[in-house]
Amino acid sequence: MPHDIGSEWSDDADTPPFPPLPIKQGTPPPEVPPPPSLFDGPESARGLSPMLPFPVPGDALMAGPPPKITSWRRFARVFFGRKVVLVCLVVLILMMLMAIFARLLAPYPPNNQDAGPLLQPSAAHWLGTDANGRDTLSRIIYGARVSLLIGFAVVFISAGIGMLLGLLAGYYRWARAPIMRIMDALMAFPMVLLLLAIAALLGGGLRNVIIALSVGMTPLYVRVMCGMVLQAKENDYVLALRSAGASHRRVLFAHVLPNCLQPFIVLITMQLGSVVLAEAGLSFLGIGLPAQTAAWGSMINDGRPNLATNPLLSLAPGLVLMILVLCFNLVGDGLRDALDPRLRGSI
Amino acid sequence: MTTYIIKRIIQLVIVLVIVSVLVFVGMRALPGDPIRMLVTKDQLTNMSEAQIAQMRHDAGLDRNIAVQYFTWVGGLFKGDLGRSIVYKTRVSDEIFRRLPRTLEIGLIAWVIGTFLGLGAGILAAVKRGSWIDTAVTSVANAGTTVPIFWLALLLMYVFALWLRWLPVQGWVSPSESLVGNLRHIVMPVMCAALFTVASTCRQTRSSLLGVLRQDYIRTAWSKGLRQRAVILRHALKNSLIPIVTLSGMSLSMIVGGEVFIETVYGIPGIGRLAVEAVNNADYPYIQAIALIVAAVVLTVNLLVDISYGWLDPRIRYS
Repeated sequence: MPHDIGSEWSDDADTPPFPPLPIKQGTPPPEVPPPPSLFDGPESARGLSPMLPFPVPGDALMAGPPPKITSWRRFARVFFGRKVVLVCLVVLILMMLMAIFARLLAPYPPNNQDAGPLLQPSAAHWLGTDANGRDTLSRIIYGARVSLLIGFAVVFISAGIGMLLGLLAGYYRWARAPIMRIMDALMAFPMVLLLLAIAALLGGGLRNVIIALSVGMTPLYVRVMCGMVLQAKENDYVLALRSAGASHRRVLFAHVLPNCLQPFIVLITMQLGSVVLAEAGLSFLGIGLPAQTAAWGSMINDGRPNLATNPLLSLAPGLVLMILVLCFNLVGDGLRDALDPRLRGSI
Repeated sequence: MTTYIIKRIIQLVIVLVIVSVLVFVGMRALPGDPIRMLVTKDQLTNMSEAQIAQMRHDAGLDRNIAVQYFTWVGGLFKGDLGRSIVYKTRVSDEIFRRLPRTLEIGLIAWVIGTFLGLGAGILAAVKRGSWIDTAVTSVANAGTTVPIFWLALLLMYVFALWLRWLPVQGWVSPSESLVGNLRHIVMPVMCAALFTVASTCRQTRSSLLGVLRQDYIRTAWSKGLRQRAVILRHALKNSLIPIVTLSGMSLSMIVGGEVFIETVYGIPGIGRLAVEAVNNADYPYIQAIALIVAAVVLTVNLLVDISYGWLDPRIRYS
């Protein structure tokens, strides 16, 4: 109960963490000022809103396109300024390199069964071997390929389709009810059940796993895009464009879409981790990829019978999976904060 | 308000109808034939085509798809969810036998997860910037990224195989032995609750921090209110809306997570039934589970939306 937890700090009630500020009549409380370094350079030349560290859509129309270099520098300063984000980015790049150069890095081929089964970790096999005598470390390295390939492919496909459907549903009244009700229906299941049903019925294989995950991820994108378009099309510039004779299609794709794109890109990045996790879940349940494919989810499942004697068989691939997902999420957080500070903490 | 609720209930029914059509038609449109799967499974490959056709007829799968759909929907109103193609048993019997096990774990995890997450989030927000905040936020960040099936195995290794405090897996009914039941659900509940704790904590922290910046909170402090009153009565209640939304969503996450948890811990609940039914292409089970789960999730979301009006009287439903 929240009240029990309240007693944690009720003892030191004399020194609340948020002491009342001295009341100054007439002067509004000082907002937390953005770091002064943001105002360096030609920032003040931007006209309307020099105080805001993020681009304002209307501002761009009035003062011309914002100087590219400064916005990039501002982005880089926030994005690379946080050590955690930087570390995660490096880890992600290393994982991608690991996936690309798996053949060079892995000490053994992923399905090589020359070694004895269930060997404990040694100099020859750093993480031991599985029940079929396959090297665990090599399979983890090759497993990065499956996770990253599926992750990027699914996000690319589902975000593309979701963006189109979301634009239609948000802009055209007639399209809204049918599209959104179907998306509601898809979102009414827990994701796992939906994926389970689609993947099982489509059958195995990389392509079908990608299709199943894409169907599962699309509704979220549609819903977010639709919401943003609904908001964006109320802007005066839409009215102005329409009265100047611009067609609906032109307004939608050339003006409304670019204004919705930035938060959408942030959402895409933040979903990469979820897709990787969902793929691992499917292969853990043995649905999807062929059994001998080196995928982290199926490695975790394969190791289950020998958990007591060889815990690394299951636990090592899971740890790598968790690190990858954590890095995707933290880089996504960093990207969100750097691109659009208004969204901080909201997604 | 009443008009709003009625409108939302009508919408809920429409979505449920779409769900039922999607599931029903989807199952049959996609490749995968339950009769063929059954035949190869039972090694009855020498069955004649006529026998297979007879089996298909017995299961009612040779009829027009619209006829099949309306027969199924008609049965739903009588509480009849159909018969399993593989086991020939009544679907409703099996589901209601297994449902309490899934519900027990799910509801306990939901309640524990929500309140633990709420508490941790309040603590982190109040002690913002301190080591407590850093610790809570880091654990919560990690908690939202842990693969649930991996966590289940990790707990199993540590508590059951290494420390030997808890049984490895399985299920004991509470009527048989309450202590045995509780000992068997400790690890499943921990796994199921983790995501809820972590996400509720993150949401509570950020939402509470947003409210604590408001003018009326400064007013509350300057009136000399005790910290407990400021945080719990003034700040928390005003930051509850996103938390309640999330809490509705996390119920759906818990149901999804139980698919993995029941698989790892060998608990015969709905989650494992779903995996088995999918593997056997046992349509009636898949349809029934999909519909029940969708109905529960949609109802919870409706309750969440209705609670907004109570949490924030400014919200008017028009």
